[in-house]
Amino acid sequence: MIPENVMNEPSWYELSARARINGLLDAGSFNEILGPQDRVMSPHLAFFDLPPAFDDGIIIGRGMIDGRPVAVAAQEGQFMGGTFAEVSGAKLVGLLRAVAKSAGTPQAVSSVFLLLDTGGVRLQEANAGEMAVSETIRAILDVRHKGVPVIALIGGRAGAFGGGGLVTACCSHIVISEQGRISVSGPEVIETNKGVGEFDSKDRALVWRVTGGRSRVLLGGADSYVKGDISSFRKAAAHARNSVPTLSLETLEHEQERLEQRLSAFGDCRDTPEIWTRIGLPNPAGIADLTEDEFIHLLAKEEVRHDAR
Amino acid sequence: MTDWIKQKKERARRLKEVVSLVSGKEVQPADVTALLERVICSGDRVCLEGDNQKQADFLAECLTQVDPSQVHDLHIVQSGLVLSEHLDLFRLGIARKLDFSYSGPQSAAIARALDQGKIELGAIHTYIELFARYFVDLTPNVALIAAVSADRKGNLYTGPNTEDTPTIVEATAYKNGIVIAQVNKIVDEVPRIDIPGDQIDFIVQAPKPFYVEPLFTRDPAAVTETQILMAMIALKGIYAEYRPRRLNHGIGFATAAIELLLPTYGEQLGLRGEVATHWALNPHPTLIPAIESGWVQQIHCFGSEVGMDRYMSARPDVYFIGHDGTLRSNRLLCQNAGLYACDMFIGSTLQIDLAGNSSTVTPDRIAGFGGAPNMGADAHGRRHVSEAWLKAGHEAAGSEGPLVRGRKLVVQMVETFGEGMKPAFVEELDSIALARKLGMPLAPVMIFGDDVTHIVTEEGIANLLLCRNADDVEQAIRGVAGYTPVGLARDRAKVEALRARGVIRRPEDLGIDLLQADRNLLAARSIRDLVTWSDGLYAPPSKFRNW
Amino acid sequence: MEKFTIQAQAKTTLGGKSPHALTGVVASGNLEILFERKEAPLTVTVEVMTASHGYKPVWEAVIKDFVERASPGGMHIAIHDNGARPDTVLLRLMQGARLMETQS
Repeated sequence: MIPENVMNEPSWYELSARARINGLLDAGSFNEILGPQDRVMSPHLAFFDLPPAFDDGIIIGRGMIDGRPVAVAAQEGQFMGGTFAEVSGAKLVGLLRAVAKSAGTPQAVSSVFLLLDTGGVRLQEANAGEMAVSETIRAILDVRHKGVPVIALIGGRAGAFGGGGLVTACCSHIVISEQGRISVSGPEVIETNKGVGEFDSKDRALVWRVTGGRSRVLLGGADSYVKGDISSFRKAAAHARNSVPTLSLETLEHEQERLEQRLSAFGDCRDTPEIWTRIGLPNPAGIADLTEDEFIHLLAKEEVRHDAR
Repeated sequence: MTDWIKQKKERARRLKEVVSLVSGKEVQPADVTALLERVICSGDRVCLEGDNQKQADFLAECLTQVDPSQVHDLHIVQSGLVLSEHLDLFRLGIARKLDFSYSGPQSAAIARALDQGKIELGAIHTYIELFARYFVDLTPNVALIAAVSADRKGNLYTGPNTEDTPTIVEATAYKNGIVIAQVNKIVDEVPRIDIPGDQIDFIVQAPKPFYVEPLFTRDPAAVTETQILMAMIALKGIYAEYRPRRLNHGIGFATAAIELLLPTYGEQLGLRGEVATHWALNPHPTLIPAIESGWVQQIHCFGSEVGMDRYMSARPDVYFIGHDGTLRSNRLLCQNAGLYACDMFIGSTLQIDLAGNSSTVTPDRIAGFGGAPNMGADAHGRRHVSEAWLKAGHEAAGSEGPLVRGRKLVVQMVETFGEGMKPAFVEELDSIALARKLGMPLAPVMIFGDDVTHIVTEEGIANLLLCRNADDVEQAIRGVAGYTPVGLARDRAKVEALRARGVIRRPEDLGIDLLQADRNLLAARSIRDLVTWSDGLYAPPSKFRNW
Repeated sequence: MEKFTIQAQAKTTLGGKSPHALTGVVASGNLEILFERKEAPLTVTVEVMTASHGYKPVWEAVIKDFVERASPGGMHIAIHDNGARPDTVLLRLMQGARLMETQS
């Protein structure tokens, strides 16, 4: 009874981190490392009278996609905002280091998937969280350097903000949905620091126009755009790991050049429709209101592809 | 000799006072306060249009600026007291007495003002009750209203949010009162004439368009599994059972969940075309999937809803649309429709006591009534018959027969615990303590227990029609009150006996598995889905977007 | 944080082979429940850690109903609660029991 264009499959945005992993990997293939029954939890939250989570809000492990071994980490955006913290950070860094170490051995995985869903660093353990972000970045680059692509999947409630935005940008490939958001400073942070005239965090259309999936993919801040259902993410994940360039000095130089060009071309724009006008997209103010199919068609037609990663 | 034209003379006197301030009917915004000081006299009854959604906000601001030594002791008679300016009138000593219906965002401020003796309260009314009194003993001397546009003759286009305007103007204009309209724009020709110009004395183009509050938008993303379970219970235990075709829904999340389950779970139950075909209802965005799936034949609206105008204009077979192509709402007529022409009202409340009385008053808030008491009341003047109405009446009487009249189904849906773990079921309504404190002769009750036919919670349905005495009612209510203190204090044996009689029905009695209550059952799980269902015609306000 | 343990006896042992299962998330108004098959066949142990103080009698009532409805014998159940209402608690407990029965 539900029309085809209304998503009636399980939605990435709505599902828990655990359910996203189950939908992403081959059925029954997931082997969790340090699962809930191991009770590796935050030692800090009790000081703040806050309940911990059995997995500290991140699930790590190995599994298969289309029969190929992968490593996967998923943040639970609903727990403490999916934040980077001591235990959750150590789990993520540990997974990445193990992947780097096993590269080229029979235990090697073909790629790593980071299901990021985070507002950034957990305030209650901020120092450890900041360390976790930098260690994660270092570990991602090591994994990429060993020739294993690290692919970010962004489409959760919390988006990928703060350190999560930095980590995302260090990945080999970024897959995003319409609901997904990527940025460093979150809308509320900008409003608090610069005033509502600079950025009205309650204007959700504005928030998504600036940080949301459609704008990010049009600007090259993400590489693949998918509909928000879980099987679209699975399809994109299966496809992405085959098409990712390796990390080299040349790749980084291209990326730097691309970002410089972007800044000089659009640095004075106040809002994304101005950018779309400048690059000649049809109906620049109406990008957000296109249907998913119309937008995907536009992406294909305009061949918007700025990414050098 | 009796002077029979005192009111007419007084009106002429006041109009003469302001000749220098107006050009034709037009007043400049800067002159409005001076105009108000001359046409309003101390002690006047004033309706400062404050509807459920639409407010004459510019005129309200101007009225707060009049000199209180010149204009004071006004008696404010308006349905919605929702702007801070509305309360400023009392604080500044411009107004003294108040008769109203609904206060929404000002509910805490009103309670404070009453407590401090700043407001002399006449009564809190239901909508049609206050409108009725406009024509009997609360006729306004001056009405300050809001419209979308006016021509220079004063013809008004009130547009989709027509709401209370025709009623206010009718009462004022035909009783020698004075009507002043703020409009968003003065135009050469209005798209349609909602109010004829000869009923309007003055028009002013407001510096800003009047604000409309989106009140009826419920984000499907926020619908919980518990609300879905309750919606399933209601659909199977009440809609499928009584087959109400004509109905009104409240604005809570539980009824939004029902709307979103019609095309899925309702379809599975085979109810399309059998129930919920004709509505007295605000334009709920969550009803879009059911409309698009062919459930709904007709909807008359109390007001409009932000973002719904284009969708409704494109569905004139369903909504009441003027020849100009936009919605015409009318609160008085729709309330009347809800009272007399609907078989069922189903909505939420905050508190229910052991007799089924319900209230939205908390110790520090007076939210008023709005329309729910009329939607949720059996109209004793009703004489036409429907299957649902008769079945309810027969259940209540325990018999059938040529003189057993029907009953409106009045269904309260409440989660046993509300915000902040506040129990919805209580031994005594907070409104009783409030009435005691403020010396009110009648405690504010939203729906009296003798009008309530069913209470639906996540624990099941209590069918009060089948209760035969006060003890039955009390145990039926305790029996669905979950883990609240009222629920825990149930007499388990009596509750089981009521269950055996079908007075209480649990999900499992209805063949509903708790674990079926899944968000994937919703026909739309996000506002974005609603936009897609509407073929892009629904344009939600920015605060509901996540794209 | 309030912590307490509630013990109960079930009429039967919960079916299924799954050694453990997790349901729910520690989000506001929600809770996570870890089921582990490690008690004596008819014993049920529920360890509660909750952010809302003073609701132990309500927890006891909810768990009593849950044990009657699902008969989760053999289960060690650990709960991290962030202010979930009783109906949500019961729903998650039922979901957890179902997972233990069906998940391989």
